[in-house]
Amino acid sequence: MSFDYILTVLKPMLEGAQITILLFLLVIVTSIPLGFLVTLLVRSRLKIISYLAQTYIYLMRGTPLLLQLLFFVFGLPLIPFVGEYLILDRFVAAALAFILNYAAYFAEIFRGGLISIDKGQYEAAQVLGLNKFQTTVRVILPQMIRTVLPPVANESITLVKDTALLYAVAVPELLHFAQTAVNRDFTIMPFFFAAIIYLLMTLVLTLLFKYLEKKFSYE
Amino acid sequence: MIEIENLQKSFGSLQVLKNISFSVSKNEVVAVIGPSGSGKSTMLRSLIYLEQVDGGTIKIDGDYLVKEGTYSNNQTIKRVTSKMGMVFQHFNLFPHLTVKQNLELAPRVTKKIPKDEISKHTERLLEKVGLLDKMDVYPGNLSGGQKQRVAIARALMLQPDILLFDEPTSALDPELTGEVLKVIQELAEESMTMIVVTHEMEFAKRVADRIIFMDEGKIVETGDPISVLENPQKERTKRFLSGIEK
Ligand SMILES: Nc1ncnc2c1ncn2[C@@H]1O[C@H](COP(=O)(O)OP(=O)(O)OP(=O)(O)O)[C@@H](O)[C@H]1O
Ligand SMILES: [Mg+2]
Repeated sequence: MSFDYILTVLKPMLEGAQITILLFLLVIVTSIPLGFLVTLLVRSRLKIISYLAQTYIYLMRGTPLLLQLLFFVFGLPLIPFVGEYLILDRFVAAALAFILNYAAYFAEIFRGGLISIDKGQYEAAQVLGLNKFQTTVRVILPQMIRTVLPPVANESITLVKDTALLYAVAVPELLHFAQTAVNRDFTIMPFFFAAIIYLLMTLVLTLLFKYLEKKFSYE
Repeated sequence: MIEIENLQKSFGSLQVLKNISFSVSKNEVVAVIGPSGSGKSTMLRSLIYLEQVDGGTIKIDGDYLVKEGTYSNNQTIKRVTSKMGMVFQHFNLFPHLTVKQNLELAPRVTKKIPKDEISKHTERLLEKVGLLDKMDVYPGNLSGGQKQRVAIARALMLQPDILLFDEPTSALDPELTGEVLKVIQELAEESMTMIVVTHEMEFAKRVADRIIFMDEGKIVETGDPISVLENPQKERTKRFLSGIEK
């Protein structure tokens, strides 16, 4: 196998990897804050809001991501009357599905993180005169971040691999170009290249979260 | 300084405080004793608004926290509770902050002390509790006794007029209680007004001006330490004290 061949195969794959990375970043930066918002809604004192948020989490976690993707990309336009306004760019529709799905998972992770914080922390903050907002930002969040970092790292790595589901809704990404090359050239090498690129991405993430865990550790 | 009348509080159907009334004058140290579940913590926590009572009056330094079951507005509540500091059984230090940061968080965000004076206060108070060298250590690396001394220093940062202690030594190994009790005793000598819920009878006898003995949500007996602890009038008090001394 010549070096030239590797280059010709890799070039489209790396372009596909850009879509993969774009989707990853888009989903991470939106679903984490959205997930935190959902956590707060679940904890809302208004029962109806809490139930709605819980239902949302249940729907998103209780059905396959693939189904949600197909629904957003191919299903939305089929809805009577409003469907014609819901024809989105396929990448946008898919990203939306990813964001809503991952937000639900992050919401559950954050909820667990909040539950793990001792009631005494809130009480100490209160008797020291901190208001709700100051308590959340200065006392609760820093502790929550530390407990949720490992599961968030886990979710992020899963997301890298889940981006390959774009294949199913025909948005060309890394795996799509690998598969094309395999079919065309009758060689299995492009799959190995794809694996290596995924591994590199997860390696970067692993190192990043290691660093963050160190940064947020105390003792 | 503290006036409490007819405090009532239930958790569901369980009546925890049944018409508690007492007052504490300025510079007085009151020790609250009593069996487990008698409502000591609930009473103390009600004073600083960690629990809301169902009825009764709490008046601190002329301001009502709650008057005949009706709470004051939020601003008044904030003003009243800011006159008090509280030290918890389990310290409740902020684990993600160093000792210095634990002390300085509240004064910084509530702006109760001018910024340039904060670290002076920190040093003075850490010196007072003998932990100046632990300034940059995280609570996780301190012994229980050290943690509680940090918690006391943290409560003192906001210069409260009254300090409330809920079993400050109950979570400590016996050999570590002394260092914490010593700090509390020093505060008493400096005329700090304090209410201390405790099981340390020797300490109560030595430091308190007055003892309150509670049982089943009521004050059974109150008086100076010698009379309550050495010569109790009520049967219930005698039984409790003889049980403890074993
Ligand atoms: N948040 C709560 N919900 C329900 N019941 C409670 C709650 N807090 C306290 N209680 C109950 O109220 C009663 C009094 O509790 P409290 O903590 O005031 O007692 P205590 O005198 O401080 O006891 P101890 O010496 O064990 O600390 C107990 O029966 C306790 O189980
Ligand atoms: Mg108690």
